[in-house]
Amino acid sequence: MRRDIFQAIADPTRRAIIALIAIQAMTPNAIADNFHSTRQSVSKHLRILTECELVKQEQQGREIYYSLEIKKLKEVDKWLDQFRKLWETRFNQLDKVLSTMKKQKK
Amino acid sequence: MNNDLLFDFTVDKSKKTVYITREFDAELSLVWDAFTKAELIDQWIAPAPMTAKTKYQDFKVGGKRFYAMISPDGKESWAIQEYTSITPKTNFKMYNAFADENENAQLPGSEWDHTFSEENGTTKVFITIYNESLERMERILDGFTIGMRMSLENLENLLTTLSKK
Repeated sequence: MRRDIFQAIADPTRRAIIALIAIQAMTPNAIADNFHSTRQSVSKHLRILTECELVKQEQQGREIYYSLEIKKLKEVDKWLDQFRKLWETRFNQLDKVLSTMKKQKK
Repeated sequence: MNNDLLFDFTVDKSKKTVYITREFDAELSLVWDAFTKAELIDQWIAPAPMTAKTKYQDFKVGGKRFYAMISPDGKESWAIQEYTSITPKTNFKMYNAFADENENAQLPGSEWDHTFSEENGTTKVFITIYNESLERMERILDGFTIGMRMSLENLENLLTTLSKK
């Protein structure tokens, strides 16, 4: 199943995890220490984030470290910018329509 | 064009909602018409180079607007809107869903809420769009981006042709 990146960041715990590992790479245990939820539930969130390619894993000795895939997060911003641009274009067109309507009314 | 007009666009991903506020340099009744009368909507709703055409519209609660966005190569993307609430010149809500050319809606769609207010001849429109699936929004954008790219290609071709002469 293809994961929707927006689904990934729709969850508050997952957003908190993103904020945590944005600062430094962390092990699942260290991440779980920051939450009241179980280690198991944190693992589940990490799995979803990994499937969305929002986080990457790195083996260091016996530990696995999770870190943020900044590039992927920027994709979201880029996408939102484009969406904003779509509306800008739309509204500039509407300005013209309104200006024509005003002239016709006079 | 008046550049002092407010334009605010925010997305709350956790609420799957887009919030858009825009001011227009026109009285409320004109802006209301531009948002609710198909022959006017078709003139601005499709971001160029896309165009829009409404097959039919029945602007009343429970009524529908069936329309297509048309890409520069003539590909039609149909959608259907059902008006769920109308308070004349103040607010209207609708449910929007992609459809095929035979009006079969593809659910889930999105819930749209428009609020209009006027102050000193400037009309403010506040729009919220709730999307059950944000992936769906991605699809809207894909069409738009493809359309943009195609029109740029058309322009390039035209320029190439012209420069050859």
